Amino acid sequence: MLRDITLGQYYQTESVIHRLDPRVKLLGTILFFISLFCFSNPAGYAIALLFLAAVIITTHVPFSYMIKGMKTIVVLIIITVVINLFMTQGDVVVEFWKFKITKQGIVMAVQIFFRIAMLIVGSSIMTLTTTPNHLTDGMERGLRFLKVIKVPVHEIAMMMSIALRFIPILLEETDKIMKAQLARGADLESGNIFKRIKAMVPILVPLFISSFRRANDLASAMEARCYRGGEGRTKMKPLKYTSRDAVAYLVLFAYMVVSISVGRLDALKIM
Amino acid sequence: MSLIVDHISYIYGKDTGTPIEALKDVSLSIPDGQFIGIIGHTGSGKSTLMQHLNGLEKASSGTIYFNGEDVYEKGYNLKNLRSKVGLVFQYPEHQLFAETVFADVCYGPKNLGLSKSDCELRAYDALRKVGFPEDLIFTSPFELSGGQKRRAAIAGVLAMKPEVLILDEPTAGLDPKGRDEILTQIKKLQKEENMTILLVSHSMEDVAEYVDRIVVLNEGKIFLDNTPKEVFRHYKELEEIGLSAPQVTYIMHDLADAGLNVRCDVTTVSEAADEIVRALSR
Ligand SMILES: Nc1ncnc2c1ncn2[C@@H]1O[C@H](COP(=O)(O)OP(=O)(O)OP(=O)(O)O)[C@@H](O)[C@H]1O
Ligand SMILES: [Mg+2]
Repeated sequence: MLRDITLGQYYQTESVIHRLDPRVKLLGTILFFISLFCFSNPAGYAIALLFLAAVIITTHVPFSYMIKGMKTIVVLIIITVVINLFMTQGDVVVEFWKFKITKQGIVMAVQIFFRIAMLIVGSSIMTLTTTPNHLTDGMERGLRFLKVIKVPVHEIAMMMSIALRFIPILLEETDKIMKAQLARGADLESGNIFKRIKAMVPILVPLFISSFRRANDLASAMEARCYRGGEGRTKMKPLKYTSRDAVAYLVLFAYMVVSISVGRLDALKIM
Repeated sequence: MSLIVDHISYIYGKDTGTPIEALKDVSLSIPDGQFIGIIGHTGSGKSTLMQHLNGLEKASSGTIYFNGEDVYEKGYNLKNLRSKVGLVFQYPEHQLFAETVFADVCYGPKNLGLSKSDCELRAYDALRKVGFPEDLIFTSPFELSGGQKRRAAIAGVLAMKPEVLILDEPTAGLDPKGRDEILTQIKKLQKEENMTILLVSHSMEDVAEYVDRIVVLNEGKIFLDNTPKEVFRHYKELEEIGLSAPQVTYIMHDLADAGLNVRCDVTTVSEAADEIVRALSR
Protein backbone atom coordinates (compact mmCIF):
# COMPACT_ATOMS: atom_id res chain seq x y z
CA MET A 1 0.00 0.00 0.00
CA LEU A 2 1.89 3.02 1.28
CA ARG A 3 5.20 1.29 0.94
CA ASP A 4 5.17 2.15 -2.75
CA ILE A 5 5.88 5.84 -2.23
CA THR A 6 9.44 6.28 -3.40
CA LEU A 7 9.74 9.97 -4.18
CA GLY A 8 12.97 11.23 -2.76
CA GLN A 9 13.97 8.08 -0.95
CA TYR A 10 17.54 6.93 -1.02
CA TYR A 11 18.28 4.28 -3.66
CA GLN A 12 21.17 2.06 -2.71
CA THR A 13 23.60 1.39 -5.53
CA GLU A 14 27.18 2.03 -6.55
CA SER A 15 27.99 5.17 -8.59
CA VAL A 16 30.26 8.18 -8.70
CA ILE A 17 27.34 10.45 -7.90
CA HIS A 18 26.56 8.42 -4.78
CA ARG A 19 30.10 8.89 -3.54
CA LEU A 20 30.30 12.63 -4.14
CA ASP A 21 30.53 14.92 -1.14
CA PRO A 22 26.98 16.00 -0.22
CA ARG A 23 28.03 19.64 -0.37
CA VAL A 24 28.82 19.25 -4.07
CA LYS A 25 25.41 17.75 -4.69
CA LEU A 26 23.64 20.43 -2.69
CA LEU A 27 25.41 23.30 -4.40
CA GLY A 28 25.05 21.52 -7.75
CA THR A 29 21.30 21.21 -7.29
CA ILE A 30 20.96 24.86 -6.32
CA LEU A 31 23.07 26.02 -9.27
CA PHE A 32 21.10 23.80 -11.60
CA PHE A 33 17.88 25.40 -10.34
CA ILE A 34 19.30 28.87 -10.85
CA SER A 35 20.40 28.02 -14.38
CA LEU A 36 16.85 26.91 -15.23
CA PHE A 37 15.58 30.40 -14.51
CA CYS A 38 18.27 32.17 -16.55
CA PHE A 39 17.42 30.77 -19.95
CA SER A 40 15.60 32.88 -22.49
CA ASN A 41 15.81 30.53 -25.47
CA PRO A 42 15.19 26.79 -26.11
CA ALA A 43 18.88 26.02 -26.54
CA GLY A 44 19.46 26.59 -22.82
CA TYR A 45 16.78 24.06 -21.91
CA ALA A 46 18.22 21.59 -24.38
CA ILE A 47 21.63 21.84 -22.73
CA ALA A 48 20.09 21.48 -19.27
CA LEU A 49 18.18 18.42 -20.45
CA LEU A 50 21.33 16.84 -21.86
CA PHE A 51 23.22 17.57 -18.65
CA LEU A 52 20.43 16.10 -16.55
CA ALA A 53 20.27 13.00 -18.75
CA ALA A 54 24.02 12.52 -18.40
CA VAL A 55 23.78 12.79 -14.62
CA ILE A 56 20.85 10.38 -14.48
CA ILE A 57 22.81 7.82 -16.45
CA THR A 58 25.80 8.23 -14.15
CA THR A 59 23.74 7.65 -11.01
CA HIS A 60 22.85 4.07 -12.04
CA VAL A 61 19.39 4.59 -10.56
CA PRO A 62 16.82 3.07 -12.94
CA PHE A 63 14.88 5.89 -14.60
CA SER A 64 11.63 4.00 -14.14
CA TYR A 65 12.27 3.91 -10.39
CA MET A 66 13.05 7.61 -10.40
CA ILE A 67 9.76 8.65 -11.98
CA LYS A 68 7.60 6.02 -10.33
CA GLY A 69 7.06 8.15 -7.25
CA MET A 70 6.18 11.21 -9.28
CA LYS A 71 2.67 10.31 -10.32
CA THR A 72 1.19 12.53 -7.64
CA ILE A 73 3.14 15.53 -8.84
CA VAL A 74 1.95 15.16 -12.42
CA VAL A 75 -1.35 16.76 -11.38
CA LEU A 76 0.49 19.79 -10.08
CA ILE A 77 2.46 20.12 -13.30
CA ILE A 78 -0.65 19.82 -15.44
CA ILE A 79 -2.51 22.50 -13.47
CA THR A 80 0.39 24.93 -13.68
CA VAL A 81 0.85 24.31 -17.39
CA VAL A 82 -2.85 24.73 -18.12
CA ILE A 83 -3.10 27.94 -16.12
CA ASN A 84 -0.15 29.38 -18.01
CA LEU A 85 -1.55 28.24 -21.31
CA PHE A 86 -4.85 30.07 -20.88
CA MET A 87 -3.95 33.01 -18.72
CA THR A 88 -1.10 34.58 -20.69
CA GLN A 89 -2.03 37.68 -22.68
CA GLY A 90 -0.70 38.21 -26.24
CA ASP A 91 -1.29 37.28 -29.88
CA VAL A 92 -4.29 34.96 -30.07
CA VAL A 93 -3.70 31.69 -31.93
CA VAL A 94 -6.83 29.69 -31.10
CA GLU A 95 -10.03 30.92 -29.58
CA PHE A 96 -13.04 28.94 -28.41
CA TRP A 97 -15.93 29.82 -26.12
CA LYS A 98 -14.39 31.96 -23.37
CA PHE A 99 -10.85 30.66 -23.74
CA LYS A 100 -8.02 32.13 -25.73
CA ILE A 101 -4.71 30.46 -26.37
CA THR A 102 -1.97 32.88 -27.23
CA LYS A 103 1.41 32.35 -28.81
CA GLN A 104 3.04 33.69 -25.66
CA GLY A 105 0.88 31.34 -23.64
CA ILE A 106 2.11 28.29 -25.51
CA VAL A 107 5.74 29.31 -25.16
CA MET A 108 5.20 30.04 -21.47
CA ALA A 109 3.46 26.71 -20.85
CA VAL A 110 6.18 24.69 -22.55
CA GLN A 111 8.84 26.61 -20.65
CA ILE A 112 7.08 26.09 -17.30
CA PHE A 113 6.64 22.42 -18.03
CA PHE A 114 10.35 21.90 -18.63
CA ARG A 115 11.28 24.01 -15.64
CA ILE A 116 9.10 22.15 -13.15
CA ALA A 117 9.89 18.72 -14.55
CA MET A 118 13.62 19.37 -14.41
CA LEU A 119 13.37 20.95 -10.96
CA ILE A 120 11.68 17.83 -9.62
CA VAL A 121 13.95 15.34 -11.33
CA GLY A 122 16.98 17.43 -10.36
CA SER A 123 16.11 17.50 -6.69
CA SER A 124 15.12 13.85 -6.58
CA ILE A 125 18.54 12.94 -7.97
CA MET A 126 20.05 14.51 -4.90
CA THR A 127 17.84 12.62 -2.45
CA LEU A 128 18.05 9.37 -4.40
CA THR A 129 21.83 9.32 -4.29
CA THR A 130 22.48 10.79 -0.85
CA THR A 131 21.48 9.22 2.45
CA PRO A 132 19.46 11.58 4.66
CA ASN A 133 22.29 11.62 7.18
CA HIS A 134 24.82 12.60 4.59
CA LEU A 135 22.51 15.23 3.23
CA THR A 136 22.00 16.99 6.52
CA ASP A 137 25.71 16.65 7.29
CA GLY A 138 26.43 18.46 4.06
CA MET A 139 23.86 21.10 4.86
CA GLU A 140 25.25 21.64 8.31
CA ARG A 141 28.77 22.02 6.99
CA GLY A 142 27.78 24.11 4.00
CA LEU A 143 25.68 26.54 6.00
CA ARG A 144 28.07 26.83 8.91
CA PHE A 145 28.82 30.45 8.05
CA LEU A 146 25.26 31.34 9.07
CA LYS A 147 26.22 30.70 12.68
CA VAL A 148 27.76 34.14 12.69
CA ILE A 149 24.30 35.66 12.52
CA LYS A 150 23.05 33.27 15.24
CA VAL A 151 21.22 30.80 13.01
CA PRO A 152 21.11 27.46 14.93
CA VAL A 153 22.51 25.52 11.97
CA HIS A 154 23.28 22.35 13.88
CA GLU A 155 19.86 22.16 15.50
CA ILE A 156 18.09 22.72 12.19
CA ALA A 157 20.19 20.02 10.55
CA MET A 158 19.48 17.62 13.41
CA MET A 159 15.75 18.26 13.17
CA MET A 160 15.86 17.67 9.45
CA SER A 161 17.74 14.42 9.71
CA ILE A 162 15.33 13.17 12.37
CA ALA A 163 12.35 14.19 10.26
CA LEU A 164 13.78 12.44 7.20
CA ARG A 165 14.62 9.36 9.20
CA PHE A 166 11.06 9.19 10.47
CA ILE A 167 9.34 9.28 7.09
CA PRO A 168 9.76 5.57 6.31
CA ILE A 169 8.99 4.64 9.91
CA LEU A 170 5.77 6.62 9.86
CA LEU A 171 4.79 5.14 6.52
CA GLU A 172 5.33 1.68 7.89
CA GLU A 173 3.37 2.55 11.01
CA THR A 174 0.49 3.96 8.95
CA ASP A 175 0.48 0.79 6.92
CA LYS A 176 0.29 -1.30 10.06
CA ILE A 177 -2.50 0.73 11.66
CA MET A 178 -4.44 0.79 8.42
CA LYS A 179 -4.26 -2.98 8.24
CA ALA A 180 -5.30 -3.33 11.86
CA GLN A 181 -8.40 -1.19 11.28
CA LEU A 182 -9.16 -2.94 7.99
CA ALA A 183 -9.10 -6.17 9.96
CA ARG A 184 -11.82 -4.65 12.13
CA GLY A 185 -13.94 -3.98 9.08
CA ALA A 186 -12.93 -0.37 8.39
CA ASP A 187 -14.10 0.86 5.01
CA LEU A 188 -11.68 3.41 3.64
CA GLU A 189 -12.60 3.32 0.01
CA SER A 190 -16.29 3.96 -0.39
CA GLY A 191 -18.64 6.82 0.41
CA ASN A 192 -18.41 10.55 -0.19
CA ILE A 193 -15.53 12.76 0.85
CA PHE A 194 -16.90 13.46 4.35
CA LYS A 195 -17.44 9.78 5.00
CA ARG A 196 -13.91 9.04 3.92
CA ILE A 197 -12.42 11.73 6.10
CA LYS A 198 -14.38 10.36 9.01
CA ALA A 199 -13.12 6.88 8.21
CA MET A 200 -9.56 8.18 8.55
CA VAL A 201 -10.00 9.10 12.23
CA PRO A 202 -9.29 5.58 13.52
CA ILE A 203 -6.05 5.68 11.58
CA LEU A 204 -4.91 9.20 12.36
CA VAL A 205 -5.49 9.10 16.12
CA PRO A 206 -3.24 6.09 16.77
CA LEU A 207 -0.73 7.49 14.31
CA PHE A 208 -0.48 10.80 16.16
CA ILE A 209 -0.24 9.07 19.48
CA SER A 210 2.52 6.78 18.33
CA SER A 211 4.39 9.72 16.78
CA PHE A 212 4.33 11.56 20.08
CA ARG A 213 5.42 8.44 21.89
CA ARG A 214 8.29 7.94 19.45
CA ALA A 215 9.36 11.56 19.67
CA ASN A 216 9.35 11.33 23.42
CA ASP A 217 11.35 8.10 23.42
CA LEU A 218 13.86 9.50 20.99
CA ALA A 219 14.36 12.64 23.06
CA SER A 220 14.95 10.55 26.18
CA ALA A 221 17.37 8.28 24.32
CA MET A 222 19.32 11.31 23.07
CA GLU A 223 19.45 12.85 26.53
CA ALA A 224 20.55 9.54 28.00
CA ARG A 225 23.52 9.65 25.63
CA CYS A 226 24.35 13.17 26.70
CA TYR A 227 23.24 15.00 23.59
CA ARG A 228 23.36 18.71 24.29
CA GLY A 229 23.25 20.45 20.93
CA GLY A 230 26.01 21.27 18.49
CA GLU A 231 28.41 23.01 20.88
CA GLY A 232 31.72 21.17 20.91
CA ARG A 233 30.30 18.19 19.05
CA THR A 234 32.65 16.36 16.71
CA LYS A 235 31.87 13.95 13.89
CA MET A 236 32.90 10.34 13.58
CA LYS A 237 33.20 10.77 9.82
CA PRO A 238 33.94 14.42 9.08
CA LEU A 239 33.24 15.49 5.50
CA LYS A 240 36.37 15.79 3.39
CA TYR A 241 36.67 16.92 -0.22
CA THR A 242 38.51 14.56 -2.58
CA SER A 243 39.73 14.96 -6.15
CA ARG A 244 36.45 13.49 -7.32
CA ASP A 245 34.64 16.47 -5.84
CA ALA A 246 37.01 18.91 -7.51
CA VAL A 247 36.25 17.34 -10.88
CA ALA A 248 32.53 17.57 -10.12
CA TYR A 249 32.85 21.25 -9.31
CA LEU A 250 34.68 21.82 -12.60
CA VAL A 251 31.99 20.01 -14.57
CA LEU A 252 29.36 22.04 -12.77
CA PHE A 253 31.19 25.28 -13.52
CA ALA A 254 31.53 24.36 -17.18
CA TYR A 255 27.82 23.53 -17.34
CA MET A 256 26.85 26.86 -15.78
CA VAL A 257 29.04 28.90 -18.14
CA VAL A 258 27.98 27.07 -21.29
CA SER A 259 24.29 26.74 -20.56
CA ILE A 260 23.76 30.30 -19.37
CA SER A 261 25.81 31.96 -22.08
CA VAL A 262 24.12 29.91 -24.80
CA GLY A 263 20.73 30.05 -23.08
CA ARG A 264 20.73 33.84 -23.13
CA LEU A 265 21.78 34.34 -26.77
CA ASP A 266 19.17 36.58 -28.36
CA ALA A 267 19.84 35.08 -31.77
CA LEU A 268 18.33 31.75 -30.70
CA LYS A 269 15.17 33.24 -29.27
CA ILE A 270 11.91 32.11 -30.85
CA MET A 271 9.98 35.09 -29.63
CA MET B 1 -16.19 -25.11 6.25
CA SER B 2 -12.52 -24.44 6.65
CA LEU B 3 -9.57 -22.33 5.67
CA ILE B 4 -7.16 -23.78 3.14
CA VAL B 5 -3.84 -22.22 2.23
CA ASP B 6 -2.75 -23.54 -1.13
CA HIS B 7 0.93 -23.19 -2.00
CA ILE B 8 1.28 -19.47 -1.33
CA SER B 9 4.47 -17.46 -1.67
CA TYR B 10 4.93 -13.82 -0.82
CA ILE B 11 7.67 -11.32 -1.59
CA TYR B 12 7.99 -7.96 0.17
CA GLY B 13 9.24 -5.02 -1.91
CA LYS B 14 9.02 -6.92 -5.17
CA ASP B 15 10.20 -4.09 -7.39
CA THR B 16 12.59 -2.31 -5.10
CA GLY B 17 16.29 -3.00 -4.91
CA THR B 18 15.99 -5.43 -2.01
CA PRO B 19 13.13 -7.93 -2.30
CA ILE B 20 12.51 -10.17 0.72
CA GLU B 21 10.98 -13.58 0.22
CA ALA B 22 8.83 -13.83 3.34
CA LEU B 23 6.80 -16.92 2.47
CA LYS B 24 7.88 -19.81 0.29
CA ASP B 25 5.32 -22.29 -0.96
CA VAL B 26 3.29 -22.56 2.24
CA SER B 27 0.33 -24.94 2.39
CA LEU B 28 -1.95 -25.43 5.37
CA SER B 29 -5.36 -26.85 6.00
CA ILE B 30 -7.21 -25.41 8.96
CA PRO B 31 -10.31 -27.36 9.92
CA ASP B 32 -13.08 -25.88 12.05
CA GLY B 33 -12.71 -25.77 15.79
CA GLN B 34 -9.01 -26.55 15.96
CA PHE B 35 -6.58 -24.67 18.21
CA ILE B 36 -3.34 -24.24 16.28
CA GLY B 37 -0.07 -22.80 17.53
CA ILE B 38 2.10 -21.09 14.91
CA ILE B 39 5.68 -21.05 16.11
CA GLY B 40 8.78 -19.65 14.52
CA HIS B 41 11.88 -17.62 15.07
CA THR B 42 11.82 -13.83 14.61
CA GLY B 43 11.38 -13.02 10.94
CA SER B 44 10.23 -16.50 9.98
CA GLY B 45 7.08 -15.11 8.34
CA LYS B 46 4.44 -15.79 10.99
CA SER B 47 2.84 -12.35 10.90
CA THR B 48 3.01 -12.27 7.12
CA LEU B 49 1.21 -15.59 6.85
CA MET B 50 -1.48 -14.47 9.29
CA GLN B 51 -2.14 -11.32 7.27
CA HIS B 52 -2.77 -13.50 4.24
CA LEU B 53 -5.45 -15.46 6.02
CA ASN B 54 -7.83 -12.50 6.17
CA GLY B 55 -6.87 -11.00 2.84
CA LEU B 56 -4.80 -8.03 4.05
CA GLU B 57 -1.87 -9.16 1.95
CA LYS B 58 -2.26 -10.82 -1.42
CA ALA B 59 0.01 -13.75 -2.13
CA SER B 60 2.45 -13.39 -5.02
CA SER B 61 1.48 -16.89 -6.08
CA GLY B 62 -0.85 -19.56 -4.80
CA THR B 63 -4.27 -19.00 -3.33
CA ILE B 64 -6.44 -19.26 -0.23
CA TYR B 65 -9.84 -20.91 0.06
CA PHE B 66 -12.30 -19.92 2.75
CA ASN B 67 -15.32 -22.21 3.05
CA GLY B 68 -14.60 -23.51 -0.41
CA GLU B 69 -14.36 -20.14 -2.13
CA ASP B 70 -11.20 -18.72 -3.66
CA VAL B 71 -10.63 -15.41 -1.84
CA TYR B 72 -8.56 -13.98 -4.70
CA GLU B 73 -11.39 -14.45 -7.16
CA LYS B 74 -12.65 -11.23 -8.70
CA GLY B 75 -15.57 -9.80 -6.78
CA TYR B 76 -14.92 -11.84 -3.65
CA ASN B 77 -16.14 -9.87 -0.64
CA LEU B 78 -12.95 -9.29 1.36
CA LYS B 79 -14.78 -7.25 3.97
CA ASN B 80 -16.92 -10.26 4.69
CA LEU B 81 -13.84 -12.46 4.92
CA ARG B 82 -12.32 -10.07 7.44
CA SER B 83 -15.38 -10.22 9.61
CA LYS B 84 -15.26 -14.03 9.60
CA VAL B 85 -11.52 -14.32 10.10
CA GLY B 86 -10.65 -11.98 12.98
CA LEU B 87 -7.03 -10.95 13.28
CA VAL B 88 -5.55 -9.48 16.43
CA PHE B 89 -2.27 -7.86 15.44
CA GLN B 90 1.04 -8.03 17.20
CA TYR B 91 0.95 -5.16 19.74
CA PRO B 92 -2.74 -4.51 19.04
CA GLU B 93 -2.85 -1.77 21.69
CA HIS B 94 -1.43 0.56 19.05
CA GLN B 95 -4.69 0.53 17.15
CA LEU B 96 -6.90 1.91 19.95
CA PHE B 97 -8.34 5.28 19.04
CA ALA B 98 -11.76 6.03 20.52
CA GLU B 99 -12.58 8.17 23.57
CA THR B 100 -13.57 5.19 25.67
CA VAL B 101 -12.66 1.53 25.69
CA PHE B 102 -16.29 0.70 25.12
CA ALA B 103 -16.57 2.89 22.01
CA ASP B 104 -13.37 1.35 20.67
CA VAL B 105 -14.67 -2.18 21.06
CA CYS B 106 -17.90 -1.10 19.34
CA TYR B 107 -15.96 0.01 16.26
CA GLY B 108 -15.71 -3.48 14.72
CA PRO B 109 -19.37 -4.49 15.11
CA LYS B 110 -20.41 -1.02 13.92
CA ASN B 111 -18.46 -1.58 10.72
CA LEU B 112 -20.45 -4.76 10.22
CA GLY B 113 -23.56 -2.59 10.04
CA LEU B 114 -25.17 -3.84 13.25
CA SER B 115 -27.64 -1.76 15.23
CA LYS B 116 -26.40 0.31 18.15
CA SER B 117 -27.83 -1.95 20.81
CA ASP B 118 -26.41 -5.06 19.12
CA CYS B 119 -22.98 -3.42 18.94
CA GLU B 120 -23.11 -2.54 22.61
CA LEU B 121 -24.24 -5.98 23.66
CA ARG B 122 -21.44 -7.57 21.71
CA ALA B 123 -18.88 -5.11 23.03
CA TYR B 124 -19.92 -5.73 26.60
CA ASP B 125 -19.87 -9.48 26.04
CA ALA B 126 -16.43 -9.39 24.41
CA LEU B 127 -14.93 -7.27 27.20
CA ARG B 128 -16.29 -9.69 29.76
CA LYS B 129 -14.86 -12.67 27.89
CA VAL B 130 -11.33 -11.28 27.88
CA GLY B 131 -11.56 -10.47 31.57
CA PHE B 132 -11.41 -6.72 31.19
CA PRO B 133 -12.00 -4.93 34.55
CA GLU B 134 -15.57 -3.70 34.48
CA ASP B 135 -14.95 -0.39 36.24
CA LEU B 136 -12.57 0.71 33.47
CA ILE B 137 -14.91 0.17 30.54
CA PHE B 138 -15.69 3.86 30.14
CA THR B 139 -12.21 5.28 30.66
CA SER B 140 -9.94 6.39 27.86
CA PRO B 141 -7.98 3.51 26.29
CA PHE B 142 -4.84 5.61 26.61
CA GLU B 143 -4.98 5.58 30.39
CA LEU B 144 -4.80 1.81 30.68
CA SER B 145 -1.87 -0.41 31.53
CA GLY B 146 -0.26 -2.46 28.77
CA GLY B 147 -2.09 -5.66 29.69
CA GLN B 148 -5.44 -3.89 29.93
CA LYS B 149 -4.90 -2.28 26.54
CA ARG B 150 -4.09 -5.68 25.11
CA ARG B 151 -7.34 -7.10 26.45
CA ALA B 152 -9.33 -4.18 25.11
CA ALA B 153 -7.79 -4.66 21.67
CA ILE B 154 -8.50 -8.39 21.67
CA ALA B 155 -12.08 -7.64 22.69
CA GLY B 156 -12.30 -5.25 19.74
CA VAL B 157 -11.82 -8.18 17.38
CA LEU B 158 -13.83 -10.68 19.42
CA ALA B 159 -16.84 -8.36 19.31
CA MET B 160 -17.08 -9.05 15.59
CA LYS B 161 -17.80 -12.70 16.44
CA PRO B 162 -15.36 -14.18 13.95
CA GLU B 163 -15.45 -17.88 13.06
CA VAL B 164 -11.68 -18.00 13.00
CA LEU B 165 -9.68 -15.99 15.52
CA ILE B 166 -6.03 -15.28 14.82
CA LEU B 167 -3.89 -13.85 17.58
CA ASP B 168 -0.40 -12.62 16.73
CA GLU B 169 1.66 -12.95 19.90
CA PRO B 170 -1.16 -11.92 22.21
CA THR B 171 0.97 -12.49 25.29
CA ALA B 172 4.20 -10.73 24.31
CA GLY B 173 5.29 -8.48 27.14
CA LEU B 174 2.68 -9.68 29.63
CA ASP B 175 3.40 -11.07 33.09
CA PRO B 176 2.95 -14.85 33.60
CA LYS B 177 -0.40 -14.38 35.33
CA GLY B 178 -1.79 -12.15 32.60
CA ARG B 179 -0.48 -14.55 29.99
CA ASP B 180 -2.15 -17.58 31.57
CA GLU B 181 -5.39 -15.67 32.00
CA ILE B 182 -5.55 -14.60 28.37
CA LEU B 183 -4.61 -18.03 27.05
CA THR B 184 -7.16 -19.70 29.30
CA GLN B 185 -9.86 -17.35 28.04
CA ILE B 186 -8.90 -18.14 24.48
CA LYS B 187 -9.01 -21.86 25.14
CA LYS B 188 -12.48 -21.35 26.56
CA LEU B 189 -13.60 -19.64 23.36
CA GLN B 190 -12.51 -22.67 21.40
CA LYS B 191 -14.25 -25.07 23.76
CA GLU B 192 -17.48 -23.16 24.30
CA GLU B 193 -18.05 -21.47 20.98
CA ASN B 194 -16.19 -23.92 18.76
CA MET B 195 -14.09 -21.07 17.41
CA THR B 196 -11.07 -21.95 15.30
CA ILE B 197 -8.01 -20.39 16.93
CA LEU B 198 -4.59 -19.64 15.50
CA LEU B 199 -2.10 -18.51 18.07
CA VAL B 200 1.23 -17.09 16.98
CA SER B 201 4.07 -17.35 19.42
CA HIS B 202 7.81 -17.55 19.84
CA SER B 203 7.59 -19.89 22.70
CA MET B 204 6.65 -23.56 22.76
CA GLU B 205 6.26 -23.33 26.49
CA ASP B 206 3.36 -20.89 26.12
CA VAL B 207 1.36 -22.88 23.66
CA ALA B 208 2.11 -26.50 24.57
CA GLU B 209 -0.65 -26.66 27.17
CA TYR B 210 -3.35 -25.19 25.02
CA VAL B 211 -3.03 -26.19 21.40
CA ASP B 212 -4.12 -29.27 19.45
CA ARG B 213 -1.58 -28.81 16.74
CA ILE B 214 1.67 -26.93 16.17
CA VAL B 215 2.90 -25.47 12.89
CA VAL B 216 6.57 -24.54 12.95
CA LEU B 217 7.70 -21.95 10.41
CA ASN B 218 11.31 -21.46 9.49
CA GLU B 219 12.56 -18.91 6.97
CA GLY B 220 9.17 -18.68 5.30
CA LYS B 221 8.66 -22.42 4.97
CA ILE B 222 6.69 -24.91 7.02
CA PHE B 223 9.21 -26.90 9.01
CA LEU B 224 6.93 -29.12 11.08
CA ASP B 225 3.16 -29.48 11.27
CA ASN B 226 1.89 -31.97 13.82
CA THR B 227 0.53 -32.54 17.32
CA PRO B 228 2.61 -31.03 20.16
CA LYS B 229 3.87 -34.45 21.22
CA GLU B 230 5.17 -35.24 17.74
CA VAL B 231 6.66 -31.79 17.26
CA PHE B 232 8.57 -31.90 20.56
CA ARG B 233 10.02 -35.25 19.60
CA HIS B 234 12.11 -33.22 17.15
CA TYR B 235 13.53 -31.01 19.88
CA LYS B 236 17.07 -31.30 18.54
CA GLU B 237 16.03 -29.99 15.12
CA LEU B 238 14.01 -27.23 16.75
CA GLU B 239 17.12 -26.06 18.52
CA GLU B 240 18.94 -25.84 15.23
CA ILE B 241 16.42 -23.30 13.94
CA GLY B 242 16.62 -21.21 17.09
CA LEU B 243 13.60 -22.59 18.92
CA SER B 244 13.36 -24.82 21.93
CA ALA B 245 10.99 -27.41 23.26
CA PRO B 246 9.33 -26.83 26.64
CA GLN B 247 11.59 -27.32 29.63
CA VAL B 248 9.76 -30.48 30.67
CA THR B 249 10.83 -32.13 27.43
CA TYR B 250 14.46 -31.57 28.36
CA ILE B 251 13.96 -32.73 31.93
CA MET B 252 12.24 -35.91 30.82
CA HIS B 253 14.95 -36.66 28.29
CA ASP B 254 17.62 -36.06 30.91
CA LEU B 255 15.80 -38.32 33.38
CA ALA B 256 15.48 -41.01 30.74
CA ASP B 257 19.18 -40.70 29.94
CA ALA B 258 19.93 -41.00 33.65
CA GLY B 259 18.15 -44.33 33.68
CA LEU B 260 14.68 -43.46 34.98
CA ASN B 261 12.03 -45.23 33.00
CA VAL B 262 9.81 -42.30 31.97
CA ARG B 263 7.97 -41.44 28.78
CA CYS B 264 9.53 -38.42 27.09
CA ASP B 265 6.56 -37.20 25.10
CA VAL B 266 4.77 -35.30 27.85
CA THR B 267 4.02 -31.68 27.07
CA THR B 268 2.95 -29.99 30.28
CA VAL B 269 4.37 -29.69 33.76
CA SER B 270 1.48 -31.52 35.44
CA GLU B 271 1.71 -34.40 32.96
CA ALA B 272 5.43 -34.58 33.65
CA ALA B 273 4.87 -34.62 37.40
CA ASP B 274 2.39 -37.48 37.09
CA GLU B 275 4.75 -39.39 34.84
CA ILE B 276 7.69 -39.01 37.24
CA VAL B 277 5.58 -40.07 40.22
CA ARG B 278 4.37 -43.08 38.22
CA ALA B 279 7.93 -44.04 37.24
CA LEU B 280 9.25 -43.67 40.79
CA SER B 281 6.47 -45.60 42.49
CA ARG B 282 7.03 -48.63 40.33
N1 LIG C 1 6.36 -4.33 5.82
C1 LIG C 1 7.42 -5.05 5.46
N2 LIG C 1 8.22 -4.64 4.45
C2 LIG C 1 9.28 -5.38 4.07
N3 LIG C 1 9.65 -6.53 4.63
C3 LIG C 1 8.91 -7.00 5.65
C4 LIG C 1 7.75 -6.28 6.12
N4 LIG C 1 7.20 -6.99 7.12
C5 LIG C 1 7.98 -8.07 7.28
N5 LIG C 1 9.00 -8.09 6.40
C6 LIG C 1 10.03 -9.14 6.27
O1 LIG C 1 9.40 -10.38 6.07
C7 LIG C 1 9.99 -11.40 6.86
C8 LIG C 1 8.95 -12.05 7.74
O2 LIG C 1 8.42 -11.10 8.63
P1 LIG C 1 7.26 -11.39 9.66
O3 LIG C 1 6.85 -10.09 10.26
O4 LIG C 1 6.22 -12.19 9.00
O5 LIG C 1 8.04 -12.26 10.74
P2 LIG C 1 7.51 -12.87 12.12
O6 LIG C 1 7.69 -14.33 12.02
O7 LIG C 1 6.16 -12.35 12.43
O8 LIG C 1 8.57 -12.28 13.14
P3 LIG C 1 8.36 -11.82 14.67
O9 LIG C 1 8.37 -13.05 15.48
O10 LIG C 1 9.55 -10.98 14.93
O11 LIG C 1 7.07 -11.06 14.74
C9 LIG C 1 11.11 -10.73 7.65
O12 LIG C 1 12.32 -11.05 7.02
C10 LIG C 1 10.83 -9.26 7.55
O13 LIG C 1 12.03 -8.55 7.46
MG1 LIG D 1 5.35 -11.12 13.83
